[in-house]
Amino acid sequence: MSPVLLIFFVLAALAVLGAVSLVLQKHPIHSALSLIVVMVCLAGLYLLMGAEFIAAVQIIVYGGAIMVLFIFVIMLLNAGEEEHTDFSKLAKFAGLPLALALTASLAALVIKPGQSVQGATQALIPKATEQISSMLFKEFVYPFELTSFLILVAIMGALVLAQREKK
Amino acid sequence: MIAFLQQNAFWIIAIVKILLLMFIVLTVNAYLTWFERKVVAHIQSRWGPHRVGPHGLLQPAADGLKFLFKEDPTPDGVDRFVYYLAPFLALALSLTALAVIPFAPHPLPFKILGENVYLWITNPDIGLLILFAITALSVYGVALAGWASNSKYSLLGGLRSSAQMISYELALTMSVVGVLLMANTFSLQSIIEQQANAKWGIGILGWNIIAWTHQGLFLPQIVGFICFFTSAIAETNRAPFDLPEAESELVAGFHTEYASFKFAMFFIAEYTAMITVSCLATILFFGGWLSPFPSTPVWHFTYFIPSIALIPFGLWVIYDGLKYETIFGKLILPAVGFAMFGLGAGLVALPAVNDFIQPIFWFTAKIFVFLFFYIWARGTLPRLRYDQLMNVGWKLLLPVSIANVIVTAGVIILRGYR
Repeated sequence: MSPVLLIFFVLAALAVLGAVSLVLQKHPIHSALSLIVVMVCLAGLYLLMGAEFIAAVQIIVYGGAIMVLFIFVIMLLNAGEEEHTDFSKLAKFAGLPLALALTASLAALVIKPGQSVQGATQALIPKATEQISSMLFKEFVYPFELTSFLILVAIMGALVLAQREKK
Repeated sequence: MIAFLQQNAFWIIAIVKILLLMFIVLTVNAYLTWFERKVVAHIQSRWGPHRVGPHGLLQPAADGLKFLFKEDPTPDGVDRFVYYLAPFLALALSLTALAVIPFAPHPLPFKILGENVYLWITNPDIGLLILFAITALSVYGVALAGWASNSKYSLLGGLRSSAQMISYELALTMSVVGVLLMANTFSLQSIIEQQANAKWGIGILGWNIIAWTHQGLFLPQIVGFICFFTSAIAETNRAPFDLPEAESELVAGFHTEYASFKFAMFFIAEYTAMITVSCLATILFFGGWLSPFPSTPVWHFTYFIPSIALIPFGLWVIYDGLKYETIFGKLILPAVGFAMFGLGAGLVALPAVNDFIQPIFWFTAKIFVFLFFYIWARGTLPRLRYDQLMNVGWKLLLPVSIANVIVTAGVIILRGYR
């Protein structure tokens, strides 16, 4: 087994474990920590594929900024341990079968030998950062700017809602 | 055995390099505490540590022993897993950051196991981004320690520090964009190499802090540097931004409930972060391993600066050591002094070694200037109030660094630099 493959399996196993523990943990902080493990492991997997820029951004944005905000809010609210409840009806009759179907279709894709799965491992591009930036700011500049506008609207909406509660 | 070593040369060399770097960094950390106490003491007209060993030089060893043998109580009601995880996280992340820092451009002049040995652990194309990713994660060590301790002081310290680190991360990242625009890359090595083409070949003019290139571009990043270093001090929780551990308000902030070696781990993490920031400031704004002097033959005498510094200092250490009565003073100080003298003399005698040592010498010299600056700021400036801290971060540093980005980008476009 080559070292790269070994690192892949370690990271993949950690990601899955983190995801399972995210669902099973009782305390919100432990769940958030598990989610951070998942994010960092995914970044490691991107790194193995040669997508260095995406890996770093994954950690900076998801592992850093967003999850710090989660933890910050949980700490501020001083949220305690949650109680486990039974499955809701929606989860029991719609969620579980859908999750199983998704897993099955993904597994079928992976097992079937095809170009779509193998192509991803060879994406070692020397100037990946430049290509991503020229794609973002040339070809997809309008969708990109529209998305940022959408986020701005969301921030302002949150501000308006927060101000209204004060009165 | 040899065949096995040669087959796995890459991995073995990497592991040895990691161990060596960790050893060096931890030693430097230990003596950084000594240096800090000495400098702050002299700023305040005191002597600082001077009882354990000559000039208090064995104080770090005594402190380390104390940390190891102290009782390590775990307070009641802590969240055990997170309480134990937090110091590990803080230490591991701050040590990881050092892995992407290149210390010298050339490989060692000889091959080990048939491989070129470079003075860095890894040198990725996105070195700077990886450093920022690690900075983004290092909030957790502090925040989780504060939360898990089940203590009000710790929780307040943790909350403060996470708010502070999130706020200053923005200014920190923004202040570097100017340099990135000029370098056109995230690779730390390329950022340094790009600073080598100075006006009239005068090394210091090419550094990004002045940035006067021989293509005629003149774009000092001094504003970027001031923003960068200020927010970096805040990001590493050092004075005057050390609100997370403001003694008069919060006892010791997020590490109030930590004792013994777990406390030492936070301590080492903080000092390692200081070293990383100093390395980064050197690389981004002060030309990394480049010499400040021109490289023309007339200026070749500057190659002897390490020797000129080492020989008199070694002689002084020998002279100073002989004055002491103890065995440490009589034996160890003269031995260290003799080693320094020998190193200085050896560098004069062996020009090849001297050439190789130049980048390393300049890099370490610059790092120590910044470390001194850190301690100087701690000894001089009073701690900010919390609202002042937030105002400085959001209303001063962030707009100024964004303006710096806009001006830099504008000049680059107008002058047709690219």
